[in-house]
Amino acid sequence: MPVTSAAQQWSNFLGTMGPLIGLFFVFALFSILQPKNFLTLDNLQIILLNTAVVGTAALGATIVIISGGIDLSVGSNIAMCTVVIALCRKSGLSPLASVACGILAGSMVGLIIGVLVTQLKLSSFIVTLGLWGAVRGFAKWLAGGRTIYEPSGWVGSLLHMLHQGNYWMIVPVGVWLMLGLTLLVAGVLKFTRFGRHIFAIGSNEQTARLCGVPVSRTKLFIFIFATFFAGVAGVLQFSYLNNLGDPTTASGYELNAIASVVIGGASLSGGKGSVFGTLVGALLMAMVANGCSQFPTISNSVQEMVTGGIIVAAAAFDRFRQPVVSAK
Amino acid sequence: MQGVRKRFGATVALDGVDLHVDPGEVLALVGENGAGKSTLMKILSGAHEPDEGNMWLDGETYVPRDPLDARRRGVAMIYQELALAKDLTVMENILLGMEPARGPFLDWPEMKRRAAGAMAQLGRPDIDPRLPLSRLSIAEQQLVEIGRAICVGCRVLVLDEPTSSLTQSDIRHLFDLVRRLKAGKLAIIYISHFLEEVREISDRFEVLRDGKSVGGGVTANAPTPRIIAMMVGRSVDDLYPRSPRKQGEPILELDHLAGESKPVDATLTLHRGEVVGIAGLIGAGRTELLRTIFGLQPIARGNVRLATYVGPASPARRWAEGMGLLSEDRKNEGLAVDLSIADNITMTRLPWLVNPSREAAESWKWIQKLGVRCRSPRQAVSDLSGGNQQKIAVARLLRHDVDVFLLDEPTRGIDVGSKAQIYQLIDDLACRGKAVLMVSSYLPELLGVCDRIAVMCKGHLVQSVPVEQTNEHQIMLQATGVSETL
Repeated sequence: MPVTSAAQQWSNFLGTMGPLIGLFFVFALFSILQPKNFLTLDNLQIILLNTAVVGTAALGATIVIISGGIDLSVGSNIAMCTVVIALCRKSGLSPLASVACGILAGSMVGLIIGVLVTQLKLSSFIVTLGLWGAVRGFAKWLAGGRTIYEPSGWVGSLLHMLHQGNYWMIVPVGVWLMLGLTLLVAGVLKFTRFGRHIFAIGSNEQTARLCGVPVSRTKLFIFIFATFFAGVAGVLQFSYLNNLGDPTTASGYELNAIASVVIGGASLSGGKGSVFGTLVGALLMAMVANGCSQFPTISNSVQEMVTGGIIVAAAAFDRFRQPVVSAK
Repeated sequence: MQGVRKRFGATVALDGVDLHVDPGEVLALVGENGAGKSTLMKILSGAHEPDEGNMWLDGETYVPRDPLDARRRGVAMIYQELALAKDLTVMENILLGMEPARGPFLDWPEMKRRAAGAMAQLGRPDIDPRLPLSRLSIAEQQLVEIGRAICVGCRVLVLDEPTSSLTQSDIRHLFDLVRRLKAGKLAIIYISHFLEEVREISDRFEVLRDGKSVGGGVTANAPTPRIIAMMVGRSVDDLYPRSPRKQGEPILELDHLAGESKPVDATLTLHRGEVVGIAGLIGAGRTELLRTIFGLQPIARGNVRLATYVGPASPARRWAEGMGLLSEDRKNEGLAVDLSIADNITMTRLPWLVNPSREAAESWKWIQKLGVRCRSPRQAVSDLSGGNQQKIAVARLLRHDVDVFLLDEPTRGIDVGSKAQIYQLIDDLACRGKAVLMVSSYLPELLGVCDRIAVMCKGHLVQSVPVEQTNEHQIMLQATGVSETL
């Protein structure tokens, strides 16, 4: 087999490394500007902690976006999961069972999306826009319009800062969980039939159908699989909020998740994307937020503007590196 | 007076091409897909920059900065896919980017006058410049595009496969127009796969192969086989190979098959070791017939029996039963062009756990077997030329090792060399006991390749006849429904 040309390799290299280079650049920038506050082990841990929820949700978003769809209900879904976990704990279920219920509840949303998209032939944008509101409302109804505090059990410690006794873990359990799931999704996408079918559907649904890919069934699985990660993100959010089931939390996280995916080099028209890129994208956004907050003079608004700029720049960069000349 | 002369240096796509065209002359540019015609014309029209070489226009050095600049200097290109704004009117389209203005305001009367003038020059003064473009037929839209070129005072007009989406009578009108423009001292470069057209319309021809000019001359003095031989680099007297075939047992039987609207009624038996062609007009329901058999469209009435399988069909099931479909719409359905060659070839059958390098190696085998020009199986299909893309689509069926091949326009839009290869392949398949059901609008190819031909007319499939007992005339009579009244 011939090797790919140098230009092609360079382009591929930039495709995978581009977001990482951006991450490194941002890291270096803040390290120089704020070495005392930014470049400390504790602060780096905080950045990872802040990445975990959106990063995990973004894994699901990556799958959906590669398949050519979109999920706008992620934030609402996360909030609902925190409520479900809190309620389960209150009713006396074990922590593990509560976590399972939360994830199950999240995946149920995926089942609903999948059924609506495949049976009513609606676009996922419309369906999840509807669920964005409906799931949020459902969460508030479940919680009775309040937040539910349930401090007992280990669930709340998933995203605790490490202390003297458990430095051997390097990063908190929740962060390990995110990293592990990233590997899992990467493996599924690259090395399973399901994963290849996701790319096929996202790239050209008609072709997938012609080639005997069970399009509807695969789409259903895609949404269930993707919202599984929203459920896990809900577990982490419950922990991040210190054992709080809050129906109003995680608002706008769906957009953060989508932004992470885009910064990571995926295309919103489907057929393209990588979970490692997504993870770097999520880290990048958390790092910018954290770095900006180190400056007392920089307000929240500046941070949001910078983040917005990065999203557009990432997409522009991706466009720029596409090979311009075709062989035709 | 010298028209245009240009020379290119070494790029991969173009390896030193010389070309000149004089005013009042039609030059046909022919060559297989991937020979470099499009690249050459994109350089001429300013879309690409040449790495080396020079161009002259009317004796002056010509270096277009971009397509707009090229247009201003008088070089206009009409692409196969028209570049028009569907919701704007005819006159807005014709004068897009150079609207006459009075101060900040558009000069509508002047605009209308100039647009009407251009259309009159093209022999269609009846087209109202105020009509929205979407109300015009494809042929008329093409005229608008040419009108736009004329309006800027173009001197060199490039037509890229202009007839590919036109009807027979539209083609006549287009040819009349080309002759008229030629008489008006325009230099015209005409790109086409159809050598019959080249013969009819061009004064001279130039053949490109592998990015090089391999010859050319006065069209009238060159017999068609010689042009083809120049294009493919060898002689193709045996375009339609036919080895002795042995008909085996029936493998596909259609029993009064009907879809939701088309087909209406189709009965046919296909045997192993046999190639059956389906002829008919566009819209007769030939594509729908194949899609219904393959489970892409629902069956309303009737039965399909594939070997020992009966019952409901889905594409997934059909692949598993040993049937494959080659789509007529390569870009939108046949191939996922953004995915890699390997992904496209192996998509129909993947193990639960995929080993990407094994898939790539397997694809590479087929790439070599079919002589696909590419760098690597991981390359995106969109990088390939039309003929090579089609080979990838065919490779998918071969790799899956299906027994029944449903081929829908297998040679549409591909070059002569690739065509010959696909004919050879079909013959090989039949000899190996595979069954081929093939839809084509190109009758010589059906007559050359098939054992039997069935004609489809308004959704009805007429009884198939051995190819020796029919001819183009007979088929056209059946396709147009005339024979029923005889």
